[in-house]
Amino acid sequence: MISDFTLASARAALRARDVSSVELTQHFLGAIEALNPQLNAFITVTGERALAQAAAADAALASGDQGALLGIPLAIKDLFCTEGVRTTAGSRILSPFVPPYESTVTANLLRDGAVFLGKANMDEFAMGSSNATSAFGPVVNPWTRTGDNRPLVPGGSSGGSAAAVAAGLALGATATDTGGSIRQPASFCGIAGIKPTYGRCSRWGVVAFASSLDQAGPVARNVEDCAILLGSMAGYDPKDSTSANIAVPDFAAACRRGVKGLRIGVPREYRSDDMPPEIEAIWQQGLGWLRDAGAEIVDVSLPHTKYGLATYYIVAPAEASSNLARYDGVRFGARSNGEDLTALYENTRADGFGAEVQRRIMIGTYVLSAGYYDAYYIRAQKIRSLILKDFTDVFARVDALVTPTAPSAAFGLGDRLDDPIKMYFNDVFTVPANMAGIPGMSVPAGLDAQGLPLGLQVLGRPFDEETVFAVAQAIEDAAGFVAKPSVRAGG
Amino acid sequence: MAYTIEGNSGSWEVVVGLEVHAQVISKAKLFSGAATAFGAAPNSQVSLVDAAFPGMLPVLNGECVAQAVRTGLGLNAEIHLHSRFDRKNYFYADLPSGYQISQYEHPIVGKGVIEIELADGSTRQIGVTRLHLEQDAGKSLHDQHPTKTFVDLNRSGVALMEIVSEPDIRSPEEAGAYVRKLRSILRYLGTCDGNMEEGSLRADVNVSVRKAGEPYRTRCEIKNVNSIRFVMQAVEVEALRQIKVWEDGGEVVQETRLFDSARGTTRSMRSKEDAHDYRYFPDPDLLPLILDPAWVETLRAALPELPDAKRARFIDAFGLSPYDSGVLVAEQPTAHYFETVAAGRDPKLAANWITGDLFGALNRTSRSIEDSPVSAASLGALLDLISDKTINGKIAKQVFEEMVETGAAPDAIVQARGLRQVVDTSAIDAAVDAVIAANPDKAAEYRSGKDKLFGFFVGQVMKAMAGKGNPALVNDAVKAKLG
Repeated sequence: MISDFTLASARAALRARDVSSVELTQHFLGAIEALNPQLNAFITVTGERALAQAAAADAALASGDQGALLGIPLAIKDLFCTEGVRTTAGSRILSPFVPPYESTVTANLLRDGAVFLGKANMDEFAMGSSNATSAFGPVVNPWTRTGDNRPLVPGGSSGGSAAAVAAGLALGATATDTGGSIRQPASFCGIAGIKPTYGRCSRWGVVAFASSLDQAGPVARNVEDCAILLGSMAGYDPKDSTSANIAVPDFAAACRRGVKGLRIGVPREYRSDDMPPEIEAIWQQGLGWLRDAGAEIVDVSLPHTKYGLATYYIVAPAEASSNLARYDGVRFGARSNGEDLTALYENTRADGFGAEVQRRIMIGTYVLSAGYYDAYYIRAQKIRSLILKDFTDVFARVDALVTPTAPSAAFGLGDRLDDPIKMYFNDVFTVPANMAGIPGMSVPAGLDAQGLPLGLQVLGRPFDEETVFAVAQAIEDAAGFVAKPSVRAGG
Repeated sequence: MAYTIEGNSGSWEVVVGLEVHAQVISKAKLFSGAATAFGAAPNSQVSLVDAAFPGMLPVLNGECVAQAVRTGLGLNAEIHLHSRFDRKNYFYADLPSGYQISQYEHPIVGKGVIEIELADGSTRQIGVTRLHLEQDAGKSLHDQHPTKTFVDLNRSGVALMEIVSEPDIRSPEEAGAYVRKLRSILRYLGTCDGNMEEGSLRADVNVSVRKAGEPYRTRCEIKNVNSIRFVMQAVEVEALRQIKVWEDGGEVVQETRLFDSARGTTRSMRSKEDAHDYRYFPDPDLLPLILDPAWVETLRAALPELPDAKRARFIDAFGLSPYDSGVLVAEQPTAHYFETVAAGRDPKLAANWITGDLFGALNRTSRSIEDSPVSAASLGALLDLISDKTINGKIAKQVFEEMVETGAAPDAIVQARGLRQVVDTSAIDAAVDAVIAANPDKAAEYRSGKDKLFGFFVGQVMKAMAGKGNPALVNDAVKAKLG
């Protein structure tokens, strides 16, 4: 049954000609049509285009083409510019924007034969941890608490991507992660997602939030599917000066390496008194699985972890305040006219940006202002180097770190919206990886007492995603996570 | 003698520092592959990066970096092997990204020095504080439509070098000499064409005044002055304005001003209170710029001979005066022209012809030395005709004028006009005899001791020979016949 396919099994079925890409694509378009009104995971669905791509893929498959993603239907986070297809970044200000170019990451996927179903909903400009800041309405998590039908958030900012994969609306999706935007929604939606090393995927053509932190990566049903997707997305791009000129290894093969003999670090600073006991329990369980699989568990210290969130919320808004200056109504996107240039800017930006984006632009402008720059931005950069040093030090002793992905399971739609600080706290475990540029992956490890998925996070050395995949795969194998969300295509 | 301005309260010293924006000669922009040619149709040289489309990223153009390093080397400046690009944030319609990528805290070039030459023959060392790379903005056109502003992004992203001087300049003349010298160096290096009319070289002029021995007083910055003459005028009128403010009991406020060349005044553009907070921070889209010292040495080895070195060589090797040497090296094509003419010939004669007759002719015909009607080879051929005594110096001037008019070769002109010098002593003797015979009284006066009449006789003989007599032979003959 198509709804049971993973990306890897769908690929095998396509290559064996057991199913066609058009059949797959029709299935997912049907599922989107049925469930998207409820989940709001897609901002734009490109059905005709997808079917044309699928038909082309079938023709290529018939002629023996073995493209890594040939015929595989995917959802694309609406932060990736797609040529000829509206790209909104979840914002009103880009609602009319149709890019005349294709981002490097999506171009790589198309090169390998992928089929794009449409553009996934997201927090506006990737700023948010609940997908509630989208100008196109919130995404609803396909999971609900046992015996409680109240809608929950899918996490953010890649909430549409995660919900689409979890609900069976796509075999995988692109996502981006600036402070946890891949890993936290993956955890909330019971799927896998990896933020690779900064520089592994090109940022060219990805609408920028915070340039020194933004990194693209995949979300998918399992670890291997993520490895296959990342293998296509990644690669050096001379158009991005921060892209790393390092060969892309065979990530899928790395999933099968096992963890025997690996040293797994457990950072003591990730344990806090107010962390729910269920999360502590699933963490311990994950460490137990790894020990059983032959890994050595080592307590380590990352002493500057406690400053991670505070420094993140200086660095990211600072960069965002500058990156978002180009949305001025002059050359593209939405414009609200005014009597002079200043009024044009003010009206365009007041109408075009939502409250959270405006808040972060103001925070960022403030921390970069004369007189505050040293106290905030410079100090944050210093702490950032200390956070990186923490990781460098522990990675001299251990091969990977394992922590919870988020301090809670999915919460209710509309909760925490009145308290931005509480919302920011969602990112507490994920932000340090962005600050240090290291790879981090979330893998489903179990359910909490209310029946909601919880993820564990695996952190690795820079450009050592292979070890991250191996550890995540070991957790996935041991967890045997088979629970399904209450809203899912194909029942 | 130091330049001062006399006010009612005594002498004032003028303190000037210059920030020169020099457009880098490069095929592509600083961070995009778009072309940089001047005068292209509006918005025809704009990439998605220059227009700051979502997700577009800057990629540093290595040639622009090389040009900045060459310039730094040419200014005898420190090359910083480690530099960085920062964002300077402000909103304007012709600044698509809302920030200019510049180098704020860590410029690519540090302290250097420029030696300027003044009219009285003296020289002064003017310190260069720094040189950094930055992007140019686009252009807002306010005069194309009654109610709209048009924006041309062709210049958006073009590489500029901002070259900042120390406040070492003390007069309008020095300010002019500084820009002239800097422009000369840039042109020698081939790093900026120095064309001020097209805006490839523009100066922001910082001016303050003070009494002798005082610390610096408040300065004002006069933005975007686009000719050397205006730089000099701006310094003078701004200094006078400030002196008046101080002497009237007021206080000069730090502000940005504009030079109005039509009125010959400066006027306020924005005060310090309205100054932007540019919120500089390191551009996270770009890596730190790390230069390989070996690469810098490769560039150093390939530098051309620069004006100062060339001037010293012209003085030493050709025995020219410092002044003539300075004039000849100011522009590379002039120096090249001179060296072509002087090769194997009398260098002083060559210098005199170039700085006198040739410059006069170029001025008169509004032409540059690159499209001179008289090529260096032709002028050389003319000098050869003088030195082999085919023509004399006076006839040479006549031939030269015709060369300017017609572009013809000097020997052809001499041939066609029969201007060949007369060296036949019997013809000269005959002419001398005729002149003496026609002026018996003057001959008698000369013989009775009125030596000054010698020149009269020579002149009359030359006149009778239509200027073609060999001057030495004519002299000899006059002396012999009258003696």
